[in-house]
Amino acid sequence: MNQSASACALRFAAVSKAFADTGPALRDIDLALPVGGITALVGPDGAGKTTLLRLAAGLLLPDRGRIESFGLDSVTAGGQLHSLIGYMPQRFGLYEDLSVQENLQLYADLYGIAQAERQSRFADLMRMTNLAKFGERLAGRLSGGMKQKLGLACTLLNRPRLLLLDEPSVGVDPLSRRELWQIIATLVAEFGTTVLLSTAYMDEAERCQRVVLLDRGEILQQDAPAAFHALASDCSFLLSSPRTSNRALQQRLAAHADVVDSVVQSGAVRTVVRPGSRPDWSKLFPGAETVVSRPVAPRLEDAFILLLTRRRSSLADAETVCFNPHGAGAKLDGSRTPVIEVDQVDRWFGRFQAVKKLSFQVGRGEIFGLLGANGAGKTTTFRMLCGLLPASNGTLQVAGLDLRRAASQARARLGYMSQKFSLYGQLSVRQNLEFFSQAYGLHQGRRRERIDWAVGQFGLQAFLEHNSADLPLGYKQRLALACALMHEPEILFLDEPTSGIDPLARREFWARINQLAAQGVTILVTTHFMEEAEYCDRLLIMREGDILAAGTPAEIKQRSQAGGAEPVTTMEDAFIRLVEAGGEVGG
Amino acid sequence: MSGFGLRLRGLMRKEFLQVWRDPSSLAIAFAMPVFLLLLFGYGVSLDAKQVPIGLVIEQTSPAAREFAGGFVQSDYFAPRYFANLHEAEAALLARQINGIVHLQSDFARRLQANAPAPIQVILNGVDANTARLVSGYVQGVWDKWLGAHAEGNGRTANRPVQMEARIWFNSALRSRNFLVPGLIAVIMTLIGALLTALVVAREWERGTMEALISTPVTVREVLLGKLLPYYLLGMGGMLLSIGMAVFLFQVPLAGSLWVLLLAGTLFLLAALGMGLLISIAAKNQFVAGQIAIIVTFLPAFILSGFIFNIDSMPPAVQLITHLVAARYFVAILQTVFLAGDVWEVILPNALALLVMAAAFLALALWRAPRRLE
Repeated sequence: MNQSASACALRFAAVSKAFADTGPALRDIDLALPVGGITALVGPDGAGKTTLLRLAAGLLLPDRGRIESFGLDSVTAGGQLHSLIGYMPQRFGLYEDLSVQENLQLYADLYGIAQAERQSRFADLMRMTNLAKFGERLAGRLSGGMKQKLGLACTLLNRPRLLLLDEPSVGVDPLSRRELWQIIATLVAEFGTTVLLSTAYMDEAERCQRVVLLDRGEILQQDAPAAFHALASDCSFLLSSPRTSNRALQQRLAAHADVVDSVVQSGAVRTVVRPGSRPDWSKLFPGAETVVSRPVAPRLEDAFILLLTRRRSSLADAETVCFNPHGAGAKLDGSRTPVIEVDQVDRWFGRFQAVKKLSFQVGRGEIFGLLGANGAGKTTTFRMLCGLLPASNGTLQVAGLDLRRAASQARARLGYMSQKFSLYGQLSVRQNLEFFSQAYGLHQGRRRERIDWAVGQFGLQAFLEHNSADLPLGYKQRLALACALMHEPEILFLDEPTSGIDPLARREFWARINQLAAQGVTILVTTHFMEEAEYCDRLLIMREGDILAAGTPAEIKQRSQAGGAEPVTTMEDAFIRLVEAGGEVGG
Repeated sequence: MSGFGLRLRGLMRKEFLQVWRDPSSLAIAFAMPVFLLLLFGYGVSLDAKQVPIGLVIEQTSPAAREFAGGFVQSDYFAPRYFANLHEAEAALLARQINGIVHLQSDFARRLQANAPAPIQVILNGVDANTARLVSGYVQGVWDKWLGAHAEGNGRTANRPVQMEARIWFNSALRSRNFLVPGLIAVIMTLIGALLTALVVAREWERGTMEALISTPVTVREVLLGKLLPYYLLGMGGMLLSIGMAVFLFQVPLAGSLWVLLLAGTLFLLAALGMGLLISIAAKNQFVAGQIAIIVTFLPAFILSGFIFNIDSMPPAVQLITHLVAARYFVAILQTVFLAGDVWEVILPNALALLVMAAAFLALALWRAPRRLE
């Protein structure tokens, strides 16, 4: 092996890559990763992150340019590279019908690790990942977080010098995410491993030594997080108004010409303005409303949005979603008539109790979040509320209808969108819309009206005849939401709606959800993404089928603060604090 | 152990564990073969036996009764009497009987007068095969009766040429003896091509192939890691089939076992080559399964000579059968089971199998992706 001391762990020189079916994926990529340290690869969906990682792993060859790893060329030294590089694909590359131990055994065989060496490496990895007591369990029966750790353990068996991870934390709960980062930090510190990982989570990128921002196949910027922060310095503010709700304030701000980004956070609206602009917030509300503004330190996400919006005409199509759900709209007072009522509900699967004496209410026009680690009972609760699963005990009422007696009537009044976007991939956008409106029993004239509405509202015109499987992820999500809204439901269920979606698409999605809620649609959402919990009016955090905490985001943060020394500023901290205070989580 | 040995062992162990734990693999590898063997061993028969037939005798006479008795005694017919032709025709139309034998009222009189005494036979030609068989059997009954009738009258039948037929190799004419050996080719296609195509496509679908080829494993090892386990499974299926054929269904094995196993190896390699090729073309299980069934399983059933005689197919279809590996193997199987080690049949067919196996495997190795594109 010829490794010069100066060799980079990974170097891309003017690399381009195009695919026959989808066109150019990467253009003139120059990249140099010094040995050691963690580099985050961020960017919107379809930016080319996975392609870049696959090129680095030698799974794809560049059309033009050169890729080197520790001085070895990816084209000529393919075989040798495989023993230097560890690559974990998006779905972890595990054999689900093999046990934890058998998966490790297989990868040890594939990497040709000597028997004598094996036991000590297995023991190290088991300790690092806390998987020791699950050795006999089939990988398919592990929770998302444990699968991810096992996938990582298999990749680490060979002690790779360059570790490539493709979206390692998508669909994984905050606790598991934190563990993963601890493992990666250990690797870098103890073995001097170089890590390149792609992520949709900006707070993860924030912890890395370097960040590479990719958009439409080109690198927009690569630097240390601090350099990104500098781009957005003096642009970030926390705004609040004593008499206006944060959501109403956020909507007003989103329409402002100088505002690049605005999200509800920490009991205020975090706002990023165009660099150099000094908007006069007092003009926001022509009346006597006062808006309190407080400058805050910029974060990576601010720079990310700033850089990306510069390349786009507008961040999100800010047009209002015009929407008139049956019976909604009129009642938007503070009375909050309960639309969803869950009372003392149990659910058993054999001898396993997935949901324990659960009770809560959701008012009309409320955005209600259901949070929890994998296996906490969120999905079961969701399915019961959709009438897909009967409760073992207790009563469930949706839109005033008892789900035990009138599940199908209740279903006709709710819309459902799942993280898998339940679309028919082989059908075009138009056919999907037609199918879903037929399935909800809309008659022909109404159907045409609603399809026109959906196409207009969600900007689907350009894709009307495309198969939905070929749409970019953000558009798939738009279409899925449109399909769930064809029958103008008064309640909308969203199951992990933004899993794996980049910050841009996520903002656009929430802008629409906020507008729907403002018009009286009740929204129930599950999410792993703790920052999104801030967008909810009220939250319920579940753990092992029980309620761990409930209340507004501010109340929950306050409660988690109790007894802790460090201040709790983000929902993520609050969640981890609460779960830890409640004891070890089973999975 | 060398790196190669380690990797191959790891891949093979993984494959066996997966088959063992996946109900759908187990169904294709074990349940389907046993089901097919029982179905063809016990259920399906190409012989016409106890065919329901209608007898219409307008006027009874000793001669007519004697003639009808021939049908009652015969193992091939289950006769029913009808009072008139009209009723029998209705029964034929309702598919209650497959044919009508009609003796007119003047049958006995004309026979006595040595005038031609015609017998009317009406057959349901919808199932042409059965109709042909029934027609032959009726002829046989009539022939036999004619001889007996002539002898009874103190004369020998006026037949200058007599046929003495002897049947070789399957003297009992049991269709089971011919179906069950051919079925082995179908079963091995199931494991070799269908199961293999499915499991490789599954690795693409679940993203494990991506992880696999990012390790130091070479393409050759990945292919070998699929080939060897499914070769062993396929040979297991063959031994099971031979065992059931010989011990359960009493099919005679005239030739030698080692010839069967050797030919089976050649055929299985061809089937595995096809399975791997299919999985390289189709990276999702559904498409791979469809292609495998259309390209390998159905031809093995229909175009291999397993049920339908290749010589009676139209010339164009006969040409196509030369591309079906199962055709060569079925010829070997039927010969070795029923006739013995007839090298004139075995060698050319084995050679064809060898060529196909080599071609498919080489193609699979050549086309196998070394990377993700």
